[in-house]
Amino acid sequence: MENQLAPRDVLGQTLIELAEEDSSIAVLDADFCTASKITAFRDRFPDRFIQVGIAEQNMMSMAAGLSTVGFTCFASTICAFCSRRACDQVMTSIALPNLNVKIIGLYAGLFVGKNGASHQSLEDIGIMRSMANMTVVQPLDARETIQVLRYAARHRGPMYMRIGRDPLPQYVPDDYVFRPGGSITLRPGGDVALLAYGDLMPQVMSAAEGLASKGIQARVVNMSSLKPIDEEAVRAAARETGRIVTVDNHNIFGGLGSAVAEVIAEKAPARLRRIGVRDVFGKSGTNAEMLARFHLRADDIEKEVRDFLGPRFHAGNAPG
Amino acid sequence: MESEMEKIRKLEEIANRIRIHVVKMIGCSGIGHAGGAVSMAEILSVLYFQEMRLDPLRPDWDDRDRFILSKGHGCPALYATLAEAGIIPMDLLPTLHETESPLQMHPELGICPGIEMSTGALGQGLSAGIGMALGAQWKRKDFRVYVLIGDGESAEGQVWEAAMFAGHRRLDNLTAILDYNRFSLTGRVEKVMPLEPLSDKWTAFGWHVVRVDGHSVTGLIQAFRLAREEKGRPTLIVADTIKGRGISYVENTASSHSISMTATELAGTLRELGCSPGEIEHAVSVRKEYR
Repeated sequence: MENQLAPRDVLGQTLIELAEEDSSIAVLDADFCTASKITAFRDRFPDRFIQVGIAEQNMMSMAAGLSTVGFTCFASTICAFCSRRACDQVMTSIALPNLNVKIIGLYAGLFVGKNGASHQSLEDIGIMRSMANMTVVQPLDARETIQVLRYAARHRGPMYMRIGRDPLPQYVPDDYVFRPGGSITLRPGGDVALLAYGDLMPQVMSAAEGLASKGIQARVVNMSSLKPIDEEAVRAAARETGRIVTVDNHNIFGGLGSAVAEVIAEKAPARLRRIGVRDVFGKSGTNAEMLARFHLRADDIEKEVRDFLGPRFHAGNAPG
Repeated sequence: MESEMEKIRKLEEIANRIRIHVVKMIGCSGIGHAGGAVSMAEILSVLYFQEMRLDPLRPDWDDRDRFILSKGHGCPALYATLAEAGIIPMDLLPTLHETESPLQMHPELGICPGIEMSTGALGQGLSAGIGMALGAQWKRKDFRVYVLIGDGESAEGQVWEAAMFAGHRRLDNLTAILDYNRFSLTGRVEKVMPLEPLSDKWTAFGWHVVRVDGHSVTGLIQAFRLAREEKGRPTLIVADTIKGRGISYVENTASSHSISMTATELAGTLRELGCSPGEIEHAVSVRKEYR
């Protein structure tokens, strides 16, 4: 466990490496760099770092202006404030003119170190996904975070990255390269497909193991690319299992569950169960307390999946 | 060398032509933000034909000065200015507000040459201008950045976030111009949300403030010179203007903010602005009703 990294642990160093390779990289921060661990970048490249103070709206429009002069701008603060506080600046200053600004949101979903509802971010995926021109990604582990940042530096146009706060195991393979619209199957299975992303993956993987011990083979797919979404992976899950469960560290409205429902409804009939925060606001508490309060522990997920499959489900049944 | 007098006369003529274009464009569209467009006519004339470093043949030249219209709804006057400067074709102007036209009702970067930032949602332009001004410093370029903000717009908190930042960072390559026409959509700014003591506020935020008659070409030339010469502080030019200036039947009213013109109003206004009978007849013939 000591060796596990959090996605945010690699932000500063990766941005430094990108800036060493590319003199157009600039970083903006709204008084959050000690928590986002971007301080390493600030100290290494003070001339390409802008501290805007607690002024997220100013930061987003400023990043837009700076990008027009040829800089690739990474603008960073808490997910909730990137998406809610500065929503219109992200839309009008960045997404509408399709500018090269990469928004790094920290403290994704419920896991905000006891800060509670005002700092939790249960709406940001829905807000960002619904903006034209915007790419939306939540990298899973530290390795994927490095990959996504490297992709962001090459990609032209706006992008929102939702970065988890706390350590988790490495899930993606050593030779993994991030691709927008891609996904990674972390566990094969033909009885049901669990589609998830980010910091609930340990719970999801553990739930899949619990199901396996009862003879139910659950496929687990990491859907880090929330927009564009990997339609082919959703269609394959629908075709091959007929039953899809999504797990969101977000409101069930607007998150991965919604994105998957869109694909299923139009292109790939399947039964769907959405697990996530069920249209209520968050609470103060540790991650463990949040998992319990919002029924997102591995046991809760496993129970929900079994309920979804029904009492008469036996492994190997044809999807129906 | 043209004399000072000739230069001033030329800039005043261009301001008048900007007003004529705005009135004709609103005639073609059937509706438009008139009052806050024509109040900026002299400011735009002096900026684009005297103050700013531009190359109309290379609107994306790296070293050009940048202009952002933060009060984006005033863009009919900006489109007219860009056409006068040769940055966009004159024959685009009658397409104002058409669905597929680059001349949208609020300006959009990327679809219209010469537009440096998408604006319209108020309060955002000064922040974007700061980004450009910092970018100039980082790239060791000497281009200057001009941002025109509105008085009604100045109720937006982001304007003051930007003011605080630019003062703190001593961005002397940044100039803001406040089109102080005294009216927003619903009434007098001093009633809706008063700005005074305006100069004191900006001075306290670390800005060099110059106050000028925004319809005086000579005054504006002088104000922009003072802004350019000021070192270690950004400058705010507070331009006292008249909303709807030149459209006499709505001049100095909140109702000039957005107007549709009858054929009589259109013809009368163009006559007052010095258009020929043939020009007026043509403008009336292409006028549309707003439905």
